[in-house]
Amino acid sequence: MTLIDKYNVVADSFTTAGKISSKIKDILKQLGVPSDKLRKISVACYEAEINMIIHSDGGDISLFIDDENGMVYLHFDDVGPGIPDIEQAMVPGWSTASEKAREFGFGAGMGLVNIKRVSDNFDITSSSEGTHLKVGFQL
Amino acid sequence: MKIKELYSLLQGQEGINLELREDVDYSYVFAGDLMSDVLAKVNDSGSKMILLTGLANAQSLRTAEMLDISVVVLVRGKTFREEDLEVAKEANITCFTTDMLMFEACGVLYSNGLNGVPDDIN
Repeated sequence: MTLIDKYNVVADSFTTAGKISSKIKDILKQLGVPSDKLRKISVACYEAEINMIIHSDGGDISLFIDDENGMVYLHFDDVGPGIPDIEQAMVPGWSTASEKAREFGFGAGMGLVNIKRVSDNFDITSSSEGTHLKVGFQL
Repeated sequence: MKIKELYSLLQGQEGINLELREDVDYSYVFAGDLMSDVLAKVNDSGSKMILLTGLANAQSLRTAEMLDISVVVLVRGKTFREEDLEVAKEANITCFTTDMLMFEACGVLYSNGLNGVPDDIN
């Protein structure tokens, strides 16, 4: 598995939210990822980037490619309060987003649900020190 | 429906990138202000889809970019800030404003043959 790039996400950076996901989409497009896969990867990346901006104290997004198995992986590692109840957070419509997040169009309670739906591998762990989300996509 | 007809029916104003994709026949509309609801409908129809929203900031444009939606229409007379329009320009997204309310804009488009987004085909 090869690390393609790593990006720093800043907490509460609402006005530039999505910039990293846009960059990752461009890189994967240049690498020839088909458009239907690209859309799914982009949706997962954008939702997770937004989640980090809204809920964490910041973190990193890492893009990996596994040529041998034809997979793209995204790792989202943040520091912050974590998710107290992951099962609850996976319920469609459940949200703890702030008023500010809602002003920016988020807080529908569909973020993690969407990420899981579009990905082929989904693994999330969380503690009071932060959240680690790994998602994989078969090309 | 072609972009020119769409602009005219919705009495569009402040359009940018209107000259792009003049030949595309748009078929579907998603109307909403919560972007995760839009993102939940990811499928292959993005390029023929119009996003109608009252969310006048870069996030409606970023959402469109992720889904390959090429037209974003702001309802209720809202407008994007200059820095948000940079996102539209970079991502080649056509956008404009209508004074119509969301309900009214949906009604106009529906009665002219546009449909809701088809069921997720994933």
